[in-house]
Amino acid sequence: MNKDNNQDVMILAIESSCDETAAAVVKNGREVLSNVISSQIELHKLFGGVVPEIASRKHIEKINQVIDEALETAGVTLDDMDAIAVTYGPGLVGALLVGVAQAKALAYAADKPLVGVHHIEGHISANYIEHKDLEPPFLCLVASGGHSHLVMVKDYGCYEIIGRTRDDAAGEAFDKVARAIGLGYPGGPKIDKLAKEGDPHAIVFPRAKIADSPDDFSFSGLKSAVLNYLNQCEMKGIEVNKADVAASFQEAVIDVLTTHSIEAAKRNGIKRFAIAGGVASNSSLRGRMEQACKKNGIEFYHPSPIYCTDNAAMIGAAGYYDYLRGIRDGWDLNAIPNLKIGAR
Amino acid sequence: MKLLVLESSGLVASVALMEENSMICEFTMNHKKTHSQTLLPMVDEMMKITGFNKKELDAVAISKGPGSFTGLRIGSATAKGLAQALNIPVVSISSLEGLAANLYGTSDLICPIMDARRSQVYAGVFQYEGDRLHARMKDDAIAVADLIEVLNEKGEPVIFLGDGVPVYQKLLEEGLKVPFRFAPAHMNRQRAGAVGMLAVQYYNEGRVESARDHKPEYLRKSQAERELMEKQNGSN
Repeated sequence: MNKDNNQDVMILAIESSCDETAAAVVKNGREVLSNVISSQIELHKLFGGVVPEIASRKHIEKINQVIDEALETAGVTLDDMDAIAVTYGPGLVGALLVGVAQAKALAYAADKPLVGVHHIEGHISANYIEHKDLEPPFLCLVASGGHSHLVMVKDYGCYEIIGRTRDDAAGEAFDKVARAIGLGYPGGPKIDKLAKEGDPHAIVFPRAKIADSPDDFSFSGLKSAVLNYLNQCEMKGIEVNKADVAASFQEAVIDVLTTHSIEAAKRNGIKRFAIAGGVASNSSLRGRMEQACKKNGIEFYHPSPIYCTDNAAMIGAAGYYDYLRGIRDGWDLNAIPNLKIGAR
Repeated sequence: MKLLVLESSGLVASVALMEENSMICEFTMNHKKTHSQTLLPMVDEMMKITGFNKKELDAVAISKGPGSFTGLRIGSATAKGLAQALNIPVVSISSLEGLAANLYGTSDLICPIMDARRSQVYAGVFQYEGDRLHARMKDDAIAVADLIEVLNEKGEPVIFLGDGVPVYQKLLEEGLKVPFRFAPAHMNRQRAGAVGMLAVQYYNEGRVESARDHKPEYLRKSQAERELMEKQNGSN
């Protein structure tokens, strides 16, 4: 392919920050030609959560196959790529290293530029895939098992965190409550499903506010309140209605996320609001956010569930804009488990 | 026939370029920086300085383990990525056999040991017969006391090498009833050249695998799996 006569930018993206081994081919940052995800969830269920060493071992067994599949499905070869993008943080260091080493070797051997991508910037950029009209500036709520952030997307590749969790991430609270009521791992989808059968107002759980920073979150108090409630029921011999607990807990989380998000958008005069991350596929959260945005004259964006979960297409989307900004990484690129948003 | 060799099973990062039976270049570093930061830059530098073209490589050889889990995966993922992009096979060599290959010329037993924590070592026992290295004990994660017993039973002089030596030297000195020595600094750590010498033999014998099939040899399950197994065995 002669790049001088062809303005299209093709990116092979690789993601291995937690328990999904993923590769995708993305054209011009928004057109997904393939999006292959090999999930390890079944394996980690045995242990009630992701085991880093097992995740890393599975990544190395699957990664070449996943990359081959991504290229084949897209009908392209490595030579057709303009760059290779890879998640280099944040995440589990052993898991990240597999993707990073693989991407570097591919890029080196095929003489392609290498672009290291921030995992959360990837999640945010997942919104570009299905919303061709979405452009910065916009505000994005990123909620997943490891993250709860309100991020101002000022421009492509230019991010500022305006709110963050002080303790547990939203998805973490979902997982812990799910475990407490015997739903198992992963908790998010299970609580979402069970909550539909329960009364969200049956039990009033606390909504935490941080006095001096209205955009920050706290979910550990809520989690403790649920655990206390379950303990008290057990001591008093009262049978717990799990559906009501799930619905009331979820109601409290969604209430906090929605209220904070809308207030932050209004305070910053933002007219476009997006959600991203695993928790963004929660159906009740989507519904409530949509309503709240509509009521306040804010345009609402969200990715399909397949782009909310960890995937490589979102890394291709973010990587494209990093590539356009001239970001190139060297062969010494390392995995950075606690990489900050907008670190460069 | 041209082989690129990667060795990152321990603290040492080492890369080499083999052409037929000669070693064209070898870079070895036994220092703190992570393999993620050193291994591929060393490969790049080696290819530049020799003027070799990576597209002419016939295979990528890798020290497959045992060793540091993270180190093994960095080497393995690098080898798999290179082999996949260049469409060439992977030659997979035991890191212990690679260590033992350093000590050509002795008829003594060669015992490479790598610190495996939890009072264990990854160890093998090898011996040169003519030009070929033979395994006298299968690579294993083994308690130092058990290794000493194995060696005492064999009743032959033995030379130790590897990063397990400084950790367990005292235990070995106290327990061994056979003559023993410790290899000196220039030959007691992993070297890609030694792995490469074995890799040339393996390649010529057709002992190769695809990038997709290659994975490290840990010789030990993850801690979570061990604990789960113990729990299950305990409840049975």
